[in-house]
Amino acid sequence: MNMVSMLALIVSSTLVFSTPLIFTAVGGSFSEHSGVVNVGLEGIMVMGAFSSVVFNLTFADTFGKATPWIALLVASVVGVAISALHAVATINFRADHIVSGTVINLLAPALSVFLVKAIYAKGQTDNIAQSFGYFTFPAISKIPVIGPILFKDTSIMAYIAIVVAIIAWWIQFKTKFGLRLRSVGENPQAADTLGINVYGYKYAGVLISGLLGGIGGAVFAQSISGNFSAGTIVGQGFISMAAMIFGKWNPIGAMGAALFFGFAQSLSIIGGQLPVISKIPSVYLQCAPYVLTIVVLVLFLGKAVGPKENGTNYIKSK
Amino acid sequence: MLKVSQPVKKVLVPLISIIAGFLVGAIIMLIFSYSPVQAYASMIRGALGTTSSIGETLRQATPLILTALGFSVASSAGFFNIGLSGQALAGWVGSIWIALAFPNLPTYILLPLAIIVGALAGALTAAIPGFLRAYFGTSEVIVTIMLNYVVLYVSTYLLQSAMPASFRSSQDATKTISSHASLRMDWLSNLFGGSRVHGGLFIALIALVLVWVIMKKTTLGFEIRAVGMNPFASEYAGMSSKRTIIMSMVLSGTLAGLGGVVEGLGTYQNFFTQTASLSIGFDGMAVSLLGSGSSVGILLSALLFSVLKIGGLGMQTGAGVPFEIVSIVIASIIFFVAIDYVIGLLFKQRQNRETEQIAARTDSKATVAVTDEQKKGGSTK
Repeated sequence: MNMVSMLALIVSSTLVFSTPLIFTAVGGSFSEHSGVVNVGLEGIMVMGAFSSVVFNLTFADTFGKATPWIALLVASVVGVAISALHAVATINFRADHIVSGTVINLLAPALSVFLVKAIYAKGQTDNIAQSFGYFTFPAISKIPVIGPILFKDTSIMAYIAIVVAIIAWWIQFKTKFGLRLRSVGENPQAADTLGINVYGYKYAGVLISGLLGGIGGAVFAQSISGNFSAGTIVGQGFISMAAMIFGKWNPIGAMGAALFFGFAQSLSIIGGQLPVISKIPSVYLQCAPYVLTIVVLVLFLGKAVGPKENGTNYIKSK
Repeated sequence: MLKVSQPVKKVLVPLISIIAGFLVGAIIMLIFSYSPVQAYASMIRGALGTTSSIGETLRQATPLILTALGFSVASSAGFFNIGLSGQALAGWVGSIWIALAFPNLPTYILLPLAIIVGALAGALTAAIPGFLRAYFGTSEVIVTIMLNYVVLYVSTYLLQSAMPASFRSSQDATKTISSHASLRMDWLSNLFGGSRVHGGLFIALIALVLVWVIMKKTTLGFEIRAVGMNPFASEYAGMSSKRTIIMSMVLSGTLAGLGGVVEGLGTYQNFFTQTASLSIGFDGMAVSLLGSGSSVGILLSALLFSVLKIGGLGMQTGAGVPFEIVSIVIASIIFFVAIDYVIGLLFKQRQNRETEQIAARTDSKATVAVTDEQKKGGSTK
């Protein structure tokens, strides 16, 4: 294998594995900036993956090549719906955020596998007919060296995810909406005094995390797994949460961390084809995202990295 | 709706949550045109119909009691130990490793040794987040979630690459442990119609009593509860909150580790590769939340969830309803427990209307209502 094709393989598989993580991690940052801890990202991804696969299998003949894209929309709606449960419980009903998120994580796999069994009478769906596949950018893929590595036979969703992360950063840190969202997560009492609708912004944060988390699950199902079963989403939601923390709650930081975790994941899968890497036991690469997250959390000791009132229930006029 | 006192409400809220959880399950079954009555009937039959199914239900409850106790100890100190499944997995691997390494030691040495090593493995896994929390203020929720996955991958690595090849029967499972390390008891299995119920049940019951004694009757238990209620006040009173934090996590991890030990030495008699976090982790957390951390509550809710889990298998064969409905019911029950504030309102409002004096007490809900009205009044001015 020559250098260029080796790099192309690493880059494209890193992008494919990072994409679901980027979407979900960026979504998580919206929720946490509004002060709602969302450990339910895993469950949201499960629902997204499930709904996109069911839609894809049902409507592949009708919509043809457009199916995976429409399935993304369906998954985002389902993601919003399941996250609404978390939103109502934590914002209006004063539930503990971790407990409520865990309920989502317990509920989503059970509900989706139940539905798969009820619809298809078996525990696993068939493989989808229309997946995202590979995309070659016109023109720029012709650039020598860079073109084949970055833009030829690559994942279009990865580039969309990177754009989404940049837009999310701009929304959170450069717009009025973002400022208010963060103020609600930092100090809801003060935000309320200034006439900001605290509950409304918290809802916005959680529902956006559901939207992007659903898309993350759908991207995973339609570009990596190709079908849905109980074993489709196992830990990607938690890695996304890790990426968000690793990126210090900043969407662009989260994107960088997600790319890195995607790189580690892809190495443990394609590593066998590469020199040097194939010598490293895969357990190190598998554990790397989790261990690094703990290390980062410890290194930022004492510094308030996350939103200040993250995880507390805001009770109006207490 | 009745006017109820505080202790009655403490019992009523979980009861209502359970009923509501079963109702959610029934509604979902109705939507997909299964018969809930038939399903729940075959569930009860599947879990309690024969002596052997009762044995299996007790077998299922054994690790749940232990992991639930683990969760409750940590939560008394104010921590969310989401790492129960990782700690249990560490305990499982540790105990099996010892059992396979010294198969010929006599039972009275090997069995306690394997159990202790398993418990220690769980304790060590839990000590990491405890230590980081105490000295660096790192969120134990994140660390335990991350460690679950680290332990999961490491356990597969240990099985496939680190254990001597002679321990393995295949690439994905160890050999069966020798009878010297087994928790199986022939008389117990025979009593329950040859089911897999094992001596771990007694470990769980002893742990129930021991944890109650530790938490209610010892200095350590008092300190754990004090730190959970107010770490600053405890510090002023001269308790070392760092030491207490670590101790509570170690105790919690020991119990979770034992949960894994009874699965290994009792139920399965070997270790095999796991593809996802052990379900006894999150189920144990659910048991503890429903039992609101008390010993009796944990025992009862562990039995309830075991009836659901074992009965769910019977439901799948008996009524053709997918097993997953059981987890939906469990998740719904915990959801209703989590929003106990709303369920509590059902009683409180009535209470307030009936006797204004009660409402006038320093009742947070009442004051919220009052200030809300004041606020409304203020804004219309």
